[in-house]
Amino acid sequence: MGDRVFTNLTRLAGIFVLVLMAAIGAFLVWKAIPAFRDNTGNFFTTQEWFPDASPPFFGIAALAFGTAISSVVAMVIAVPVAIGTALFIGFYASRRIATSLGFIIDVLAAVPSIIYGLWGLQVLMLHMDGITKWLNDYLGFIPLFRNEIGIYTKSIFIASVVLAIMILPTISALSREVFLQVPRSHREASLALGATRWEMIRMAVIPFGRPGVISATMLGLGRALGETIAVALILSAAFEINWHITEPSGNTFAANIALKWNEAGPIGLSALIASGLILFIITLVVNMIARAIIAKHKEFSGANG
Amino acid sequence: MKIARSTKVAAFAAAGALALVGCSSDSGSSSESPAAGGGQIGGADCATGTIKASGSSAQKNAMTEWINAYQTACEGATIEYSPSGSSAGRADFINNQVAFAGSDSAMEGDELQQAAARCDATPPINIPMVGGAIALTYNLEGVDNLVLTPDVTAKIFNNEITNWNDPALAEVNPEVSLPDAPIAQFHRSDGSGTTDNFTQWMAATAPDAWPYEPGSDWTAKGGQGSKGSDGVAASVKSTPNSIGYVELSFVETQGLKAASVDNGGGPVAPNADTATAGLASAKVTPNPDAGEGDLTMEIDYAVQDSAAYPVLLLTYEIVCQSGNAADTLPLTQSFLTYTASTEGQSMLSGIGYVPLPGELETQVADAVNSLS
Repeated sequence: MGDRVFTNLTRLAGIFVLVLMAAIGAFLVWKAIPAFRDNTGNFFTTQEWFPDASPPFFGIAALAFGTAISSVVAMVIAVPVAIGTALFIGFYASRRIATSLGFIIDVLAAVPSIIYGLWGLQVLMLHMDGITKWLNDYLGFIPLFRNEIGIYTKSIFIASVVLAIMILPTISALSREVFLQVPRSHREASLALGATRWEMIRMAVIPFGRPGVISATMLGLGRALGETIAVALILSAAFEINWHITEPSGNTFAANIALKWNEAGPIGLSALIASGLILFIITLVVNMIARAIIAKHKEFSGANG
Repeated sequence: MKIARSTKVAAFAAAGALALVGCSSDSGSSSESPAAGGGQIGGADCATGTIKASGSSAQKNAMTEWINAYQTACEGATIEYSPSGSSAGRADFINNQVAFAGSDSAMEGDELQQAAARCDATPPINIPMVGGAIALTYNLEGVDNLVLTPDVTAKIFNNEITNWNDPALAEVNPEVSLPDAPIAQFHRSDGSGTTDNFTQWMAATAPDAWPYEPGSDWTAKGGQGSKGSDGVAASVKSTPNSIGYVELSFVETQGLKAASVDNGGGPVAPNADTATAGLASAKVTPNPDAGEGDLTMEIDYAVQDSAAYPVLLLTYEIVCQSGNAADTLPLTQSFLTYTASTEGQSMLSGIGYVPLPGELETQVADAVNSLS
């Protein structure tokens, strides 16, 4: 009897989550219809955003680009540092240092994003000229790092650095937990076979932890994709695709919604919800890919034995 | 310990009960006798009760001061203003969630029809209440009296003039030595009534240099966007050789420099006096779709007068002309009478806003008086 009640309760909880997701999706679609109906631009390829003009003319190309590139650059910066930190805490640091470092990283995850945004805007941005100018001077042959206008503030690069710091604790804390799950016998066996500590990490720890690290990375990516206020404060909010990430430019789905919501007209609101729908779908897809990768790796890692 | 807690609960419950009683008697009595409190403020008899309002964030500081002054003078009155943005305020008004809405632009078109449903089937009216000036603030070391014309301003913000040593700038600033430095131009990245009025001024006075449709979203390419007037002010302050546009109050509170604007009648520095003189040239252009007594204004952005500052903004309160709910009308009317009074308006210049010119003040008072 108790068993059956509990089974049904858990099933109900599961169904509730599904219904909730479906309801959010349906709400977004319903509210987005007027924008799709009246838009005279191409929703996917137009870079401009004039939903309240008559006729409305807007698209998400610039938003999708800005969201993707700021998140990718943030991942490139954050993932190596986060995994390095996790390995240091798990296998190199003394117990005392490991405990306090782990604690500090957890605290970093609890800092509200508005604080990161204000810090990025008022502190970090004033000290980024050195590195961005260096990138332009020495790596300027790569379009990504070239700066053609000589102004280095309010750029996607600065937003990415702040995003990287914001997602670092998420990735690091989860990776650390995963690495600590590596069976003691695996580690001791490789050490006993004469492996150095680095070889032990490479051969026993990383293969075991890979699915966990990937899911941690994807969680971090999810946060980077959806981060709103910090990005809204830092970016210059231009509706154009600009590959020069150290120039003031860029906009993301979430930041654009935060910036435009208050003064948007009826179609403007609908257009913002339509862009939110796309972000919702992107986040879903990212998470599904992450799940798929984890499922695939689990079978071959041999870690379950 | 336990005893102490239960007493506290009892006291709390009692207070709650009193508050409930207070509420019900308030709404009954206030509609009959607005002078229940007995007090007066700015020529308005105090009313009691609670009203909610929302909208324009540009009005926030003015509303905060007014509400404080009103509630201090009038016991039993509670006014809540949430600065959620003009569009949100107008939507709240249409949905009958607020007694009045603050808006950076007059309500027009479909929204008037939608709002009529809550106003006893008559469209609401726009009442100008809070005036302001938009300052062109700049950060140039050693330069304290920059002059800008509409044409030069539009070219700077449209990235046609990109260096401070541009001949066009030198021409309007013959006595100033401007540096050879790129101009860091800042605009608002969020939707804003300030952007709307600023672009309207450029579109009206320099249509060749500013080809874009005016609106609350920034449409030109280039430059840098910052969130909010505080963001633009902070950016200009921390960036050498920069320029941006903010409400006058930010120039005063942040210790920034503001350019004089030459519309053709000579350079005019922005301050409360020159801006009020500028607002005096605004014309009342009642919207035929709005309720009777509508005071939609048309600002004369092209005003040429050596004493009138032309880059102005005017924000409105949107109220039902008739069909106001019986429990909100007395307080709405009394509060707006106060804000439109000379006493209420004169408070504005101290906090970076611009008082309405005398003649308009009278028209506004009449409009508020006619609410029913």
